[in-house]
Amino acid sequence: MESFLGIDHNVWWFLVFGAVISGYAILDGFDLGAGALHLFLKKEQSRRIALNAIGPVWDGNEVWLVIGGGALFAGFPVAYAAIFSAFYVPFFVFLVGLIWRGVAIEFRSKEPGRIWRLTWDFIYSFSCIVIALSLGLMLGNVAQGLPLNEAHDYTGSWTSFFNPFSIMVAVTTLALFMMHGAIFLAMKTENRLYTKLTILAKNFTIFFVMTFAITTVYTLLYVPHLSDCIKSTPVFFVFPLIMMLAIANIPRLLNKGRYRHAFVSSAITIAALLIMVAVEIFPNLLYAVNNPANSITVHNASSSPKTMKILLTIALIGTPLVAIYTSFVFWTFKGKVKLDEMSY
Amino acid sequence: MDVEILSRVQFAFTIAFHYIYPPLSIGLGLILVIMEGMYLRTGNKLYERMTRFWIRIFALIFGIGVATGIIMEFEFGTNWATYSRYVGDIFGSALAAEGIFAFALESGFLGILLFGWNRVGPKVHFFSTVMVFFGSLFSAVWIVVANSWQQTPAGYHIVGEGMNARAEITDFWAMVFNPSSVDRLLHVWIGAFLAGAFLVMSVNAYYIIKKKHLEIARPSFKIALLVATFFSLAQLFVGHRSAEGVAKYQPAKLAAMEGHYDSSAAADMFLLGWVNDKTQTTSGIKIPGGLSFLLHQDFKAPVQGLNAIAPADRPGQVNAVFQFYHIMVAIGMLMIGLTLFACLQWKRGKLFEMRWLMLVFAWAVLLPQIANQAGWFAAEMGRQPWVVYGLLRTSDALSATVKAEQVVFSLILFLLVYTTLLALFLYLLNKKIKHGPVDAGYPEPIDEGSKRDNPILSH
Repeated sequence: MESFLGIDHNVWWFLVFGAVISGYAILDGFDLGAGALHLFLKKEQSRRIALNAIGPVWDGNEVWLVIGGGALFAGFPVAYAAIFSAFYVPFFVFLVGLIWRGVAIEFRSKEPGRIWRLTWDFIYSFSCIVIALSLGLMLGNVAQGLPLNEAHDYTGSWTSFFNPFSIMVAVTTLALFMMHGAIFLAMKTENRLYTKLTILAKNFTIFFVMTFAITTVYTLLYVPHLSDCIKSTPVFFVFPLIMMLAIANIPRLLNKGRYRHAFVSSAITIAALLIMVAVEIFPNLLYAVNNPANSITVHNASSSPKTMKILLTIALIGTPLVAIYTSFVFWTFKGKVKLDEMSY
Repeated sequence: MDVEILSRVQFAFTIAFHYIYPPLSIGLGLILVIMEGMYLRTGNKLYERMTRFWIRIFALIFGIGVATGIIMEFEFGTNWATYSRYVGDIFGSALAAEGIFAFALESGFLGILLFGWNRVGPKVHFFSTVMVFFGSLFSAVWIVVANSWQQTPAGYHIVGEGMNARAEITDFWAMVFNPSSVDRLLHVWIGAFLAGAFLVMSVNAYYIIKKKHLEIARPSFKIALLVATFFSLAQLFVGHRSAEGVAKYQPAKLAAMEGHYDSSAAADMFLLGWVNDKTQTTSGIKIPGGLSFLLHQDFKAPVQGLNAIAPADRPGQVNAVFQFYHIMVAIGMLMIGLTLFACLQWKRGKLFEMRWLMLVFAWAVLLPQIANQAGWFAAEMGRQPWVVYGLLRTSDALSATVKAEQVVFSLILFLLVYTTLLALFLYLLNKKIKHGPVDAGYPEPIDEGSKRDNPILSH
């Protein structure tokens, strides 16, 4: 096993994959949240502003999912094969949700008719909700583990994905994204729409804190293998602590009108949550509930050492490039939304 | 029906539908770079209107391309889990490179291309257009590399046995530059440029027939015609090189393409024909020994036929491979003839006076689309029964955990969603075309001053 800075390549790739997924959740998270709360905005002008707030960036944000899929396929092909064939049905629901989200944003503005726009508003918002819920459902099932055979293939049926824990994670994910999306939109809007969004943001923050608390209690009581790691290594309590502080900060920052800091806080919340999940499942990528020996880990699921090296090289070259042009695009569209003739 | 057939049908359907859009994005990307480049150089507002019109069409096409493309990335895992494990070490790095080098570039700058007209200066905007175009070119690179590796594997070794066997990289660059990568990449790029150019010609031919937006339609048509003529001719050479590669590395596929069974005989080249796989005969209009001549410059040289390969190891649908291949070649020839004829008429100053020719061009948008699809069907069906040529059979590549009813569910889902998408796409495209290259802030009359010293604008 080759290593770099004392950490072996497989663990590095696990960190890269985790970072890409966190990046996706933070970036597309606000798009999806903005979509999920879309119908809370009543006026045509408000909806257009909300759509144009994410307009220039949502597509680039979705690319993080593509990179994440590629990263998993390349680094941990066994996990890629097992996870996506296991989640066959929910994953296609998720993907079809992504299709409709994209085309709804694109098509809505192409006709001025009221019915046309209302239909697309509904499809847009509904697909964002479905995407958030199905993502959360799959995350919940991955965190909890699945029954796997010796060949690492899933042996259960797709109906068992709808278990209490995963449903709670699904709702928590939706709440989290809605909070995140509302804060993002507040950052991009002015005047009355801004006021409305700060109120929504505070309400969604409360919604999220409630769902998160319930899920946490449930986890401690019924999914012990998930909390064992944090309990046994107290230093990891730093992540839940960071998260709590970040959440507590949000209403305070919004009251002061410091929406940029509020956005950073909710981004930190998402990252801390995912880091907690990663810490809890590591070194597994997919825990086998029937027989822990069948679990898919960063070591038994990985590509060859040579490929891991190639991948880390690609990541080392690619990441700064992506960072440069992503920040360039965000910088170009910084500040409040201004509608013009090229807008949605 | 069994999972294998269903999964193959689903993959074919989703990839074929997806493949309507990326070639158009790549081709339109090139045309946008040319148009905006002309605007930057001449400062002529006409080019600006042209560019902005095509940016709107580009946005629509790109949007559906991305939406349907994400499906493809995950479909390997959902339906072809064994394949994913087998090729992950190789395919995965190409896919990861595609995501990070190509898609991120493309989608990042797309925001500026679509919405940045008033936010950034003309040079930065042009730079973004170029980056989006490069991004789309790069994404073709990695996916074609991955597919070419499945056709002509190189730079790997096999580790493990039976269901646990998998290919591992031994030489990254040998994998990237496997024997068919470069030829097939050029073939795909040119097919994409033709798709874009014929779309631009089609829309402008329509305006010319309707006598609308003539001041923009004529120069736009000429730009696209130049692109189409150049690449139709280039495709002849690149396509030929690709066929030579197939002859060398995938003889079973080439034999199926020409319906050639007998290894001891010279191979004919058919213009039209029909393969009867039962009697192992191919009948039709042919150049006797034509394929032999093309490959060995000798009409009598024998060419390996399908009979030299065990029935279990050669394509099952020989006639389909034959027909798809011939449709592609015939359309390629037709595009050369059509574009050269149009250039001739341009030279004679009669290009836009021939209404029938404009009508032909209005419909010719379908030609590269059909050729691209047919070419891929020939390439992929000709590779059967292998998913990785000579190494992994398609029937062994499936997901063990996925049941037929699940695939039926997703297949029906895609049929419904994609049919709706296609209808909406055509409706909106039609609407945008009818609306024409008219900007709110830019009045119809054109700037007469700069027309004189510009060959494309003077008509």
